[in-house]
Amino acid sequence: MATLKVGLVSPEREVWAGEAKLVVAQTIEGQLGILPGHAPVLGVLLDGSVVTIEPADGSEKIRAMVGSGFFSIAGDEVSVLAEQAELAHEIDVADARRALEEALSAGDADTTAERRARARLLAAGADA
Amino acid sequence: MPAQVRELRQRIRSVKSTAKITRAQEMIATSRIVKAQQAVAASKPYADQIVAALTALVSHNVGIDHPLLHEQPEDSRSAVVVITSDRGFCGGYNANVLREAEALAQRLRDRGREPVMYLVGNKGLTWYRFRDRDYAEAWTGFSDRPTFESAERIGRRVAEDFLKTDAEGGVGEIHVIFTEFHSMLTQEVRVRRLIPLEISEREDDGTGPVLPAYEFEPSAKDALDLMLPNYIESRIFHMLLQSAASEHAARRRAMKSATDNANELIDVYTRLMNQARQAAITQEISEIVGGADALADSGGE
Repeated sequence: MATLKVGLVSPEREVWAGEAKLVVAQTIEGQLGILPGHAPVLGVLLDGSVVTIEPADGSEKIRAMVGSGFFSIAGDEVSVLAEQAELAHEIDVADARRALEEALSAGDADTTAERRARARLLAAGADA
Repeated sequence: MPAQVRELRQRIRSVKSTAKITRAQEMIATSRIVKAQQAVAASKPYADQIVAALTALVSHNVGIDHPLLHEQPEDSRSAVVVITSDRGFCGGYNANVLREAEALAQRLRDRGREPVMYLVGNKGLTWYRFRDRDYAEAWTGFSDRPTFESAERIGRRVAEDFLKTDAEGGVGEIHVIFTEFHSMLTQEVRVRRLIPLEISEREDDGTGPVLPAYEFEPSAKDALDLMLPNYIESRIFHMLLQSAASEHAARRRAMKSATDNANELIDVYTRLMNQARQAAITQEISEIVGGADALADSGGE
């Protein structure tokens, strides 16, 4: 079966790279599932969302929080470029909770800080 | 004579302690070069991907249009971003960068443009302050270990100023002076024009893969709005990382030659000291022998 060559990169490092069956990313307009053979797309990521990668070797799904960035799909190669990117196991849940509380207490609804904190908790599998 | 020996001993002690310091600095720099090189390598996938995506975008959308891509001939001010280090002890590293900055400023003036300085690193800042020259903004405190956030701050500021007109304190083009890291031994000062961007359509030599015809989500304009600033920031980040690696390499070299020189000095002083000590001993012996002879001569009578 065809697989996707996926690279999840932030400016400071390559966060994850490998073969995958399915990648789910969220744009400003909604979620986008990417399977092998997808048409070329260049999309803007929702700042503070979760990218899910299903590795081709059948191991556990990889979830990562992403900040501002974009993704490109071309010829079964998916690159996710995000200024902030954290894999689920790297996320400090307590720190994310604190950030969420701070964002909520600041008052403004649906801020980037709030979305990012929620995305971190979601990616880490903790309840917001 | 013993006074001379004591003085030399003192000097050897002082040179030895200097050598210890420079040796330590050299080792610190050596270990940091590796880390800095790794940081350069780690930032490469992102830089490559963003260039690939932008090239594809530009090559396919002929009608592409964005303020950051425009030439601004009506603005006569030019920004010069100078990347120096925060600390000294690195030989000619900062001097080379600053010399190049002066040369570029002169070239700009010759072309009838007014250079506006943006300084990165404490050494550049003090150099300009000491000469009482104006600068638009200075950033310090991260030259040896730049983070993407620092690149972001610089990128935002220069892009913002680029979009302003002359009257508002804006600039018409942005140049960056940084030091490129080739190897442990060679680093080279480089001048690059950052904005307006020069994104050339890829030359189709028929061998490379065909660029995909992208669809845009939500739109090409949104994608460009996001990618151009990111591209600028990633370029600046790359230059900061290169400069950091060069800084460590320059420091390592400067400290190595300082250590070598100190060791040479210690050798010279040790030899001088031995000579002086030996001379003192010889003199004492000849005095004793002379004294004994004189005693024997007078006692024998």
